Amino acid sequence: MASVVELTLNGRKRTDAVPGNRLLLDYLRETAGLTGTKTGCDGGECGACTVLVDDKPVLSCLTLAATVSGKRVDTVESLGKGGALSAVQRGFHEKLGSQCGYCTPGFIMASAGLLRRNPKPSESEIREALGSNICRCTGYVKIIEAVQHASALLARGEAASP
Amino acid sequence: MEAVSEFALVKPASLDAVLEARKANPEAQLLGGGTDLVVNIRRGIVAPPVLIDMTGVAELRAIHADAGRLEIGASATLAEVAEHAGVLAHYPVVAQAAASIAGPTHRQMGTVGGNICLDTRCIFYNQSEWWRSANNHCLKTVGDMCHVAPKSRGVCFATYSGDLAPALMTLDAEVDVAHPKGRRTMPLKDLYIGHARHDGSGTGDGKHYLALKPGEFVVGVRAKGVSGLRSAYDKIRIRKSIEYPVAGVAVALRRDGDTLADLRVAITGTNPRPVLLDGTRALCGGKLDARVVKGLDDLVRDQIMSMKTTFTPGHYRRRVAGVLARRLAEKLFNN
Repeated sequence: MASVVELTLNGRKRTDAVPGNRLLLDYLRETAGLTGTKTGCDGGECGACTVLVDDKPVLSCLTLAATVSGKRVDTVESLGKGGALSAVQRGFHEKLGSQCGYCTPGFIMASAGLLRRNPKPSESEIREALGSNICRCTGYVKIIEAVQHASALLARGEAASP
Repeated sequence: MEAVSEFALVKPASLDAVLEARKANPEAQLLGGGTDLVVNIRRGIVAPPVLIDMTGVAELRAIHADAGRLEIGASATLAEVAEHAGVLAHYPVVAQAAASIAGPTHRQMGTVGGNICLDTRCIFYNQSEWWRSANNHCLKTVGDMCHVAPKSRGVCFATYSGDLAPALMTLDAEVDVAHPKGRRTMPLKDLYIGHARHDGSGTGDGKHYLALKPGEFVVGVRAKGVSGLRSAYDKIRIRKSIEYPVAGVAVALRRDGDTLADLRVAITGTNPRPVLLDGTRALCGGKLDARVVKGLDDLVRDQIMSMKTTFTPGHYRRRVAGVLARRLAEKLFNN
């Protein structure tokens, strides 16, 4: 049984018919063709599939697509504007917050969600906000520096958005 | 992870619409944030034909918390409870328990109703269909034996590990349950029937762990404020995020001068139900001294029955529960 999902995906309105059991992750990757969001553990344990729904981070592997109807969904593809990286993207790039890169879209979206509600987080607030994401390469130190760098870029007006 | 089974999704906007949807689909399961149920669907543990999304039911999302009373709707998110100023100020044990659940993203999704009714867990149950079938399944699904206790004679030992229940039980909370003909309210501790005994008293086990009848579902929890009650929650887990508890402990107490006037302790992650320790009031009436600490340890040892349902051994979880209970009680009494 299909239902209609009307959402604002990365700033653009979009309407699709989706089966009730379609996961948001599969909808983004297969229906919308946005493969920046990664499939990791598929069980809510790794955070690689994190996207923002109404600015709040959610795990798209455990969210049914039909439940985001009427909401705003932002994926990692929404951040860069006209070739310019967002603050968080620059942070991960310039502070080497990414190694193999697989967890990075999830970390970037969880970080963007944090900076949207708290542009100047403390280190402990950063650690807390990234608690649902797992990285097996970096040891997290560089990721935390990346978010601190992004926060500084925003504060200095060197980046327009998280 | 298996392919997602076929199911239809219903999105009611009111409690009446939920009741109608349940009547039309008796096999339906209620969906909160999906952080537990969708995982179980993806592992082939359950395959409900219909899911009813509770997150759009506005009347179940309210939180009220002041010095007099606490009321939380089943569809409020765990993040909303953890950050609510009234809950933080007057019912810290509930805010701390909510803030300790899984990780921050999970708490944006997960709901109070989902955590209250959280399915019991076991290393022989929370596995893929392939894994479970290779192990001949278990009592909690379609098998005929408990791999944790092979001589259990039909008793399932899967462990309850919700964090809100013990916190609320120390406040003598009640739970509101809706059914097609109306509502009923019962003490929250009576919602949990996982005593894992076959003594004819009508109790349940890790498989039948809730006292809900067919068609009933939790719509909210409530508690009265108690003047002077100090409360806190703490838990141990393998890492400080995402994981389910090795053991979680809620303590509420009142101090009257140098006297321990009231003491309530509830523990999760150990038994097929959250356990509100019996006998704590007998420890009150004097200072919080070695006698009370020893008495508390004895109560934990007698009533906490952790089995090999997780990768941490049962005897370790029982010791952890006792240590957390003592630490929290001493901290609350002395501050």
